[in-house]
Amino acid sequence: MKKFIKASYIFIVLAFIYIPIFILIIASFNSERVMGVWGNFSLVWYAELGKVKDVIFNTLLLAIVSATIATIIGTLGAIGIYYSKGRAGKVVKGMSQIPVVNSEVVTACALVMLFIILGLSNRSIFGLYVGHIILCAPFVVLSVMPKLKQMDSSLYEAALDLGATPFQALFKVILPEILPGIFTGFMLSITLSLDDYIITAMLAPLGYDTISTAVYKALAHATEQSGKTIPIYRALTTIIFVITLIVVLAMNFVSKKKDADGKREV
Amino acid sequence: MKDKREKIIELVDITREFEDGVVAVDNINFYVRKGEFITFLGPSGCGKTTTLRMIAGFDKPTSGKILLNGEDISHLAPNKRPINTVFQRYALFPHLNVFDNIAFGLKLKRFDVVYQDKDGKKIKKIEKLKKSEIVAKVEKALKMVDLEGFEKRSVSTLSGGQQQRVAIARAIVNEPEILLLDEPLGALDLKMRKDMQLELKEMHKKLGITFIYVTHDQEEALTLSDTIVVMKDGVIQQIGTPTDIYNEPKNSFVADFIGDSNIFSGTMVGDKKVRFMGHNFDCVDDFVKNEKVDVVVRPEDVFLMDEGKGQVNGKIISSIFKGVHYEMVMTVGKTEIVIQDTVERKVGEKVSLFIKPNDIHIMAKNFSSNKYDGYITKKNTVCFGDGEFECDVTQLYPNSILDEEGYLITENGEKIDLTDVDVNVEVGLKDIEISDDADLGGAIGNIISIIYKGDHYQLIVRTDENEEDFVLDTEDTWNENDRVSVIIPKEKIKLSLKQEIKR
Repeated sequence: MKKFIKASYIFIVLAFIYIPIFILIIASFNSERVMGVWGNFSLVWYAELGKVKDVIFNTLLLAIVSATIATIIGTLGAIGIYYSKGRAGKVVKGMSQIPVVNSEVVTACALVMLFIILGLSNRSIFGLYVGHIILCAPFVVLSVMPKLKQMDSSLYEAALDLGATPFQALFKVILPEILPGIFTGFMLSITLSLDDYIITAMLAPLGYDTISTAVYKALAHATEQSGKTIPIYRALTTIIFVITLIVVLAMNFVSKKKDADGKREV
Repeated sequence: MKDKREKIIELVDITREFEDGVVAVDNINFYVRKGEFITFLGPSGCGKTTTLRMIAGFDKPTSGKILLNGEDISHLAPNKRPINTVFQRYALFPHLNVFDNIAFGLKLKRFDVVYQDKDGKKIKKIEKLKKSEIVAKVEKALKMVDLEGFEKRSVSTLSGGQQQRVAIARAIVNEPEILLLDEPLGALDLKMRKDMQLELKEMHKKLGITFIYVTHDQEEALTLSDTIVVMKDGVIQQIGTPTDIYNEPKNSFVADFIGDSNIFSGTMVGDKKVRFMGHNFDCVDDFVKNEKVDVVVRPEDVFLMDEGKGQVNGKIISSIFKGVHYEMVMTVGKTEIVIQDTVERKVGEKVSLFIKPNDIHIMAKNFSSNKYDGYITKKNTVCFGDGEFECDVTQLYPNSILDEEGYLITENGEKIDLTDVDVNVEVGLKDIEISDDADLGGAIGNIISIIYKGDHYQLIVRTDENEEDFVLDTEDTWNENDRVSVIIPKEKIKLSLKQEIKR
């Protein structure tokens, strides 16, 4: 009985999470524009994806570029924080944690004000990218830091000892060591940027949309022209979900294989 | 050291003070000759690793100079020094295989080659090692550490001993002038450690380069080194060959740290005669009469005989079989002495001991205060040195007070009866006064020695009953054999508990 309750609890939780997604996926194959009515099985919304290709392009470019820059900044930052000593080091360590828990709306408002004070436009592509980099970088620090702590602290000195310059030691020893953390940080940044709404909504130039802002606009103005794009986003979100699923399964598979290899070698 | 080999590295007045004010290395001076195997030996925190790190370049001295072949390298970056290190936890690069780990240094190596073109002009080129050269060198290094065929293995699949060998190969493949080893065998089990010790010694012979080794294991130091540097609290205690250090320790710390030893507080009582354990022993060291000394006797140098036949009688209180010998503890009065012998004496047996004059090693004592064993009386005074003195017993517990009945009340409100509690008593040389009036002081004795120390006299007053000595500094003139009483102000008697009182 206890076992049954345990199992059904997990089942209910999972059901709450996945049922809406499944409904969405099924709806994406519905030829009818309205969700509640089932017409025919159709790929019409997938065929119409081309209508929102600008939005998809904007989103992907923003995600990849800002995640890349955030990963570089975050990784260097983490290494700097890890090796900083004394009281200053402690302060920096503490401060680097705050942006992670900080509310996005605060970051967005702060940036808007900053740009205005600096005499820049409060809505610009540049500002949007800066906002996304600021959003992602702390998470890169957060995922790289544990790898640095796990690393044998004398590795850097060993590299210097063998004749490497500090720069060579960084590239040949430290970076390969913390690569898994950097990769995690990069993936985390991509996801954060992909589904960010607040910062994009507040900083993007008017008329410049990413998937999240476009979906919101479509829903908010369902009766108007932009509302016509709603069913397309069912198809788009289905594709995003499937891609995410494949990535997660692939990563699990790779790490399992790695574990198995490690065990065999020992 | 009457060695003709030239000095390869020399540390001159090196001090390293950390940012938090801790002085890890305090003004040390020493040099290492080419091809020597030198070991820094000392307990953790003695500054030996910091010294090594300064030689490697990972740490910079606060003051002083490090000379390599006569050139100051104190501020040279570690990657510019012809010195390689074997790290305590190996520090192998986990993402590289055995070959790439060892080839790491070789691949980075750049050297200038000067060519002459047709016109006789010299052209300087910076070249790398050829791949074939690197392969050959790595193979040679792997052969040296007995790991042929391990090139493609991942370092995480190697055992501790194998990782250790890779770490050594990775360092020696660069043909450094000096190889630094920071407790390299610390993580290995005993059997493996012994094997690696012999191999290291063999390797040192074959390579002919200078080894600087750091360890806290005295046995390892004695086995491996040509020269041992014993350190404590950032200061060098003694530099010498293993035999010198073992047989002629300079002070009680070295004696205690190297090998097992019995250390006694003794007094010179005559020409080559020293008194300890209540007996006057003949010895071979010459010291001034009445000087306070430390006496070192190795456990294997004490002979046990039947009661009455040796120099001092006592009783065996413990005996443990140690494989080759028995380790026994004998008590002579209140003093304990450790003895190693192949013949066992049973616990409780009354025996006598004999020590040859040659085996009694005497060291000058840095005598800075009088130390006694004492106990607290009913009246909260303290008895020691054949006398009774007023004292402040509240110093035994922080923030304690005495109540009207003479009980001690601790910070936490506990009530303690101090009667008959054993205490350590310490009295400074300048804190003792003497007087002709026998009733004034807590103890009475005769002045047995007066030594003029430049601006004051150092006197020794010896009591009659147990021959306890009070050493004191005074500017007044006294005569030998004067009968005096010893006065110590209440606040100058320092007390500490021998052990926590059971409540």
